[in-house]
Amino acid sequence: MLSYFSNPQRFDRLARTLIPVFGSLTVVLLGVGGWLALLGSPPDYQQGETIRIMYVHVPAAYMAMALYAALAVASFVYFVWRHALADTAAEIIAPIGALFTVLALFTGSLWGKPMWGTWWEWDARMTSVLVLLLVYLGYMALRAALEDAQQAARTGAVLAMAGIVNLVIVKFSVDWWSSLHQPASLIRLDGPTIHASQLWPLVIMILAYSFLAGWLVLYRLRSQALRRRARALQRQRDQAARQREEAVS
Amino acid sequence: MSDFLAMGGYAAFVWPTWGLSFLVLVGLVAHALVERREAREALRRLEEDEA
Repeated sequence: MLSYFSNPQRFDRLARTLIPVFGSLTVVLLGVGGWLALLGSPPDYQQGETIRIMYVHVPAAYMAMALYAALAVASFVYFVWRHALADTAAEIIAPIGALFTVLALFTGSLWGKPMWGTWWEWDARMTSVLVLLLVYLGYMALRAALEDAQQAARTGAVLAMAGIVNLVIVKFSVDWWSSLHQPASLIRLDGPTIHASQLWPLVIMILAYSFLAGWLVLYRLRSQALRRRARALQRQRDQAARQREEAVS
Repeated sequence: MSDFLAMGGYAAFVWPTWGLSFLVLVGLVAHALVERREAREALRRLEEDEA
């Protein structure tokens, strides 16, 4: 399957089909999920109306982690098979993932203040998510600092794959250490432990964020393809100009 | 309506959370759209030069 979609034309056809599908799904799911989260679901018996923070905090945190996993997978594919498309995908995923990590931290802070009485605590979950942000930023800085594009791609891929360790720590931090943060209530072996009236809006919002992220990555991949074509054209032209100059002299 | 806006006394936490999330989502989409337009423009200029 991998080699099938590494063909740029084939990938472009697939992306052109998926982009409008992902876009419309995002709009519909955000509409339904947003309505359910703000109006169509009851307040929590312990947390009252602050539970409505969950419907945007959890999807953001989920995207921060899912996009990191995607970054690591794209890096692995590039590292092993040298598919240029996988590297471009990794480059696009990183800033989006970093932004969702920032969003998860801020929305978590806005939830922590009324419920825990603090904006921030240096406990395992919060600290490991901050480290996740630093790994994202480190990845972006590394790529920006290395001038040779291929070297930047390879070194970046190694860093992204190594960072998986921290992703595992983020996920299990709430089980391994005592934390202010509540443990998982969605993705756990014995199934979700959250009531259907809160589960549905949350799942719909997570799906909406996921389709949005998919839309963003595919859409930006196609823009990058246009930029690559422009660069190639520019190079060709520069070369032709140089040859003319040499012929004259 | 005002009950809804008050969010049980937690308006100062719920609404900034939703506002911030909305801004980030809209910002990401807007950036992607602007990037596409610029990329298409740049390519078009290069191709016009050729002709």
